[in-house]
Amino acid sequence: MSNVISDETIEYVGILAKLELGEQEKEQAKKDMASMLDYIDKLNELDTEGVEPMSHVFPVNNVFREDVVTNGDDRDNILKNAPEEKNRMFNVPKTFD
Amino acid sequence: MSILDYTAVELAEKIKQKEVSAIDAVKAVLEQIEKTESIYNCYVTVDKEGALKKAEEVQKKIESGELTGPLAGVPVAIKDNMCTEGMLTTCSSKILNNFIPTFSSEAVLNLEKAGAVIIGKTNMDEFAMGSTTETSAYGATKNPWNPEHVPGGSSGGSAAAVAANECYYALGSDTGGSIRQPAGYCGVVGMKPTYSTVSRYGLIAYGSSLDQIGPLCKDVTDCATILEIISTYDSKDSTSVKRDDTDFTSSLINDVKGMKIGIPKDYFGEGLDSEVKEAVLKAADLLKENGAVVEEFDLSLVEYAIPAYYTIAAAEASSNLERFDGIKYGYRTEDFTDLHNMYKKTRSEGFGAEVKRRIMLGSFVLSSGYYDAYYLKALRVKALIKKAFDEAFAKYDVILGPVAPTTAPKLGESLSDPIKMYLGDIYTISVNLAGLPGISLPCGVDSKGLPIGLQLIGDCFKEKKLIQTAYTYEQIRGKFGREDR
Amino acid sequence: MAKEYETVIGLEVHVELATKTKIFCGCSTAFGAEPNAHTCPVCTGMPGSLPVLNKQVVEYAMAVGLATNCDITQYNKFDRKNYFYPDNPQNYQISQLYLPICRNGKVEIETDSGKKFVGIHEIHMEEDAGKLIHDEWDDCSLVDYNRSGVPLIEIVSEPDMRSSDEVIAYLDKLRLIIQYLGASDCKLNEGSMRADVNLSVREVGAAEFGTRTEMKNLNSFKAIARAIENERERQIDLIEEGKQVVQETRRWDDNKGYSYAMRSKEDAQDYRYFPDPDLVPVVISDEWIEEVKGRQPELRDEKRARYKKEYGLPEYDADIITSAKRMADIFEETVALGANPKKVSNYLMVETMHILNEKDMEVEDISFSPENLAKLIKLVESNAINSSVAKEVFAKIFDEDINPEKYVEENGLKMDNDEDGLRKIIEEVVAENPQSVEDYRNGKEKAIGFLVGQTMKATKGKANPGIINKILKEIL
Repeated sequence: MSNVISDETIEYVGILAKLELGEQEKEQAKKDMASMLDYIDKLNELDTEGVEPMSHVFPVNNVFREDVVTNGDDRDNILKNAPEEKNRMFNVPKTFD
Repeated sequence: MSILDYTAVELAEKIKQKEVSAIDAVKAVLEQIEKTESIYNCYVTVDKEGALKKAEEVQKKIESGELTGPLAGVPVAIKDNMCTEGMLTTCSSKILNNFIPTFSSEAVLNLEKAGAVIIGKTNMDEFAMGSTTETSAYGATKNPWNPEHVPGGSSGGSAAAVAANECYYALGSDTGGSIRQPAGYCGVVGMKPTYSTVSRYGLIAYGSSLDQIGPLCKDVTDCATILEIISTYDSKDSTSVKRDDTDFTSSLINDVKGMKIGIPKDYFGEGLDSEVKEAVLKAADLLKENGAVVEEFDLSLVEYAIPAYYTIAAAEASSNLERFDGIKYGYRTEDFTDLHNMYKKTRSEGFGAEVKRRIMLGSFVLSSGYYDAYYLKALRVKALIKKAFDEAFAKYDVILGPVAPTTAPKLGESLSDPIKMYLGDIYTISVNLAGLPGISLPCGVDSKGLPIGLQLIGDCFKEKKLIQTAYTYEQIRGKFGREDR
Repeated sequence: MAKEYETVIGLEVHVELATKTKIFCGCSTAFGAEPNAHTCPVCTGMPGSLPVLNKQVVEYAMAVGLATNCDITQYNKFDRKNYFYPDNPQNYQISQLYLPICRNGKVEIETDSGKKFVGIHEIHMEEDAGKLIHDEWDDCSLVDYNRSGVPLIEIVSEPDMRSSDEVIAYLDKLRLIIQYLGASDCKLNEGSMRADVNLSVREVGAAEFGTRTEMKNLNSFKAIARAIENERERQIDLIEEGKQVVQETRRWDDNKGYSYAMRSKEDAQDYRYFPDPDLVPVVISDEWIEEVKGRQPELRDEKRARYKKEYGLPEYDADIITSAKRMADIFEETVALGANPKKVSNYLMVETMHILNEKDMEVEDISFSPENLAKLIKLVESNAINSSVAKEVFAKIFDEDINPEKYVEENGLKMDNDEDGLRKIIEEVVAENPQSVEDYRNGKEKAIGFLVGQTMKATKGKANPGIINKILKEIL
């Protein structure tokens, strides 16, 4: 195994992904990620010099909407699944902004 | 013969002929569910009352001549990652344990327009991440051929429901083989069409550049019929493509004379079970005997598809699943100290181990300093894989191979070693990377009594050649099902 | 000897585009709706929803790019910027990092220290976030997604500015260009134009830039100027004390007059950008660029020159009238209705600006119609009303957009030209104010003004001041 994932890396990725892992989970995640990265490193065997990264598989371009209002007031539906609602808004823990 | 033995198209015809009614069909399916669901666990939600009510409405419309389509009145099951208005949609995850969509996915709307009766929502690997339907938060689904074995995944509930006669056909989604592999494990037909053919609107995304909806069903005729109904251009999905060749049933032709079939040598090497290999090559021989031109070739790059796929899919998934945060819908943790604590606890409690594993990996490969080395590298390899297929399809109409290296493994065998589980996707994954259509259909049974899947891969937008080849093979092979073992 | 420092400033300007609908869905962008009334599955991040790009956003972005001398990127993509915050329903913002629509532009600005160019590094398209409202009662925050998905362009300048004067001249230049294009109303106070200031200091003559900070929450030109001065001092103090300037984002508190760092442990500032797989590339052809170019309206500099030439407006007038698109529009429409250009200009420069200042309003808030202003000017020119009545009527027009002809009629404000009637009133005024009469006769010319005023008062301001003067002089 060539990749070694540190505690700091797992901690950092946890902040990015908003996941909080228990101690045991963390150890497992370090192992899993290292072995996945070892596996992904296999891609380095291929020479991809000059190959354009392919984010879209088909050359479909320019898909647009016209600037016309099509939606009305749909608040009842939008708020239907909210865990907490107040004054027809989504209730969230206090933010400082 | 039981009403449950009809294919979807046969059933619709019988309903049209007034030999049976849509209500009879729903009742038969619900009875079957009553009998076997406790063993197989195909469904997360069964909407008994809704289905009966809908069957009555549909029956009236069929009688009045308002509904005349080839699937009118036929009960269908929908994978639980497609939104269904007013019906619980969980992605088999705790984080959506209470989510009731306020709109239906485009594919579901198309089926409803055609007179489909939705029985319920099928179990799956959580957020379609898995190959066994064991990562579901609502218990594993069992293989109807042998409940000690997995049905495959991630559309395992859909495949098992078709195999167990708990529906007549089902919709699944395929990101790296999630329709074809469970279809193979459960002895049913499953097809992933060309990327962009079926609208993804309302499909809860896993890997947006790879996800496609497709049918799981009893035979190739059903497959072509269902696909024809759900393949519509949708202006709500920017990646949807306008096609005028979606009359797939016109390719249900028993003829492969001159069809050029390529067999990639790379698909028959180390790791492939000998019984699977034998059954697949026998299928190729049968097609050859019936006039197809069959030859072996080197596809190349096969072993690079899996690492490229897991990089791309995990990256997209890490972003797609950010919206599950306890604010707008779904699960929210009970106790928290502040906003970020709420996010972390909600997501850590709401997602299962495999989903977390992929989110962590995806966040890492996109993070500062690693994007080029991992993510862009994977996109470059994707381009090479696409090119390799382009070259192959310059020579062949259809590529033939196995769906998976083995038949369905036993429950609990796969999850312990993720890499080993990912290796099981080796024959299906590159098809998603290149956006190609692929169909899986049964071609035999192994010594354990488990079905073996045959995979046919076509060039982009060439589903018709696949359907014609698959249909011809099915005619040569003859009837296949658990009852005919 | 004390060291001399130079301030190096670059700006990131966000502008809300004037489209009718949001960037990726058919929801209205109109202001003032009930919370969440302008939302749908797409702009609230519902599972299964997908974005579809509003074509008008691309055209506005191109128009701004062309007007600021940018190169248009002909192969565009959208990227996802990933970060968790409740105003961002998907927890990623759709933006452009790798292939922004415009690059390498510049605009010319003018300050007291002369003319110079400010480079534009890039302009990219992105979506706005929702609004968070703090709820004191429950000590929580509430999210309103009405602004979520409203289209923005972000204009990123080169670090070419050296003073707050230059910053304000640059912002003013951008504001005018964009308003003239009709791409946005650019109101700083309402947030349809927002500026983040990137600032560093270095010793005069130094080759390298210093470490920069980014300042957010600047809601007015005054706040921007104050924040720049404050941050410049803060950084110089740090350097003089031998400390390091930390690269960070700071938030300006204009009431308290200082800024504070916005850092948090949970805020890694690692946005994991990657191309959004739900959107397809935007390919802009040469023809499309030409088409947008062909539709570009007359911009400020051209308009100013034309006003001088075509309407004979003095430089000063042309400058002020064109300083806001709204003002220039009213001017042109009023003149088109036959009103005298210089008179229209006076009403806009003097009366209108006066009321705007008094009420602390922006030019964009003007709501009266050119028709009514044109009618008012005609009433004055035809001596139907006098200037003090005109002032009163104009205030009414400004507030309620009343029809001046009707208003004057209904309130009996027509100028009183009845000499016999006036003579009687003046005789009374003269009889009641012997002291003023005395003063006038003793050579105090000014005393007549008081008598005119008293007469006006008695006639409720309607009298023709010329006639009053004439009669008064006769009597006296």
